[in-house]
Amino acid sequence: MTDLPPPNDPKAASPDAARADRRQDAVAHQFIKALPFAHELGMRIDALDDGRAVVSMPYDQRLVGDPATAVIHGGAVSALIDTTAGAAVMCHPGVATTATLDLRIDYMRPATPGQRITAEAECYHATRNVAFVRARAVDEDTQVPVATAAGTFTVTRGTMGQKDGS
Amino acid sequence: MSDTQQPQPTAPRQSRTPEPVQVVKERRDAALSALVQAVPFAAFMGIRFDRRGDELTALLPWRDALTGNPMLPAMHGGATSAFLEMTAMIELAWSMIWAPVERGEIDAATLTPDTLPRLPKTIDFTVDFLRSGLPRDAYARARVNRSGRRYASVHVEGWQDNRSRLFAQATGHFLMPDPAQLPPQFRRGDTASPAE
Repeated sequence: MTDLPPPNDPKAASPDAARADRRQDAVAHQFIKALPFAHELGMRIDALDDGRAVVSMPYDQRLVGDPATAVIHGGAVSALIDTTAGAAVMCHPGVATTATLDLRIDYMRPATPGQRITAEAECYHATRNVAFVRARAVDEDTQVPVATAAGTFTVTRGTMGQKDGS
Repeated sequence: MSDTQQPQPTAPRQSRTPEPVQVVKERRDAALSALVQAVPFAAFMGIRFDRRGDELTALLPWRDALTGNPMLPAMHGGATSAFLEMTAMIELAWSMIWAPVERGEIDAATLTPDTLPRLPKTIDFTVDFLRSGLPRDAYARARVNRSGRRYASVHVEGWQDNRSRLFAQATGHFLMPDPAQLPPQFRRGDTASPAE
């Protein structure tokens, strides 16, 4: 569902690429570690790139919304999408910090019980103060999304510092 | 909002004398508790519900695992939206079961995930993050603005220390369970005004 290389892709040939990969790994690891709630839900960063993020979450019985169907609660899916969208903003060039202003999620279909859910977000535009993001979440069936989303995020600009996510 | 289908209550309460208040409270609390326990994600989040009459207030006690930004620290936006969505959904399901529980058509003691009506499904959910969630307990109340046979629209307000300073609000649309698949006592056209 994504053309971004996975963070642990060993194919990186040049030392520069290897360094970039290691850095991306470190950023991804830091990011989830810094988000206890994402960690609590078992989220994993699969890819980070300029203004794009892919984050996935395993199926977990504790996240079920309706035991009759064993389907994951929409709230858990929105947490995944919110995290992914925030990550996409964080790795947009020049963004130092961000927070969600508004997030709309449309639920297309229930996620299939037992399957991992993967969200992909793209920060397609960022002004000085606002970032615009769209996202979609799929399970193993990548044709029809489980959910799509559109959101706006606050942006604090910064060129350096500990939150250099670009 | 009108409905032509008005099935007779299957087991109307017979007595004219009012029930002891404790019996009424226990019945309502048992029904609410059955409803909330039917949703594992509510327990995962640590969400509880207070009840005054038919009014519900959702409570999300603070714990560090809800942190989204440890630098501030602040509540994760995903935790906030999950909390509000849970509040909306439970309020909607509560409004569905209130009337039959009050009429005595549902024995709260027998309500299990298998005998509860199917829960509403979220069609869309939009959250406004008005200010960052503090590392404190959060509260939320939902209002069912429109509840038809197939679709419902619900608004939710979330706050922390001050009721008038919302930290988030949300609106969502929900698909109601197929009436044909509901037990007879739930088959009411309008579930929007459970208090009457």
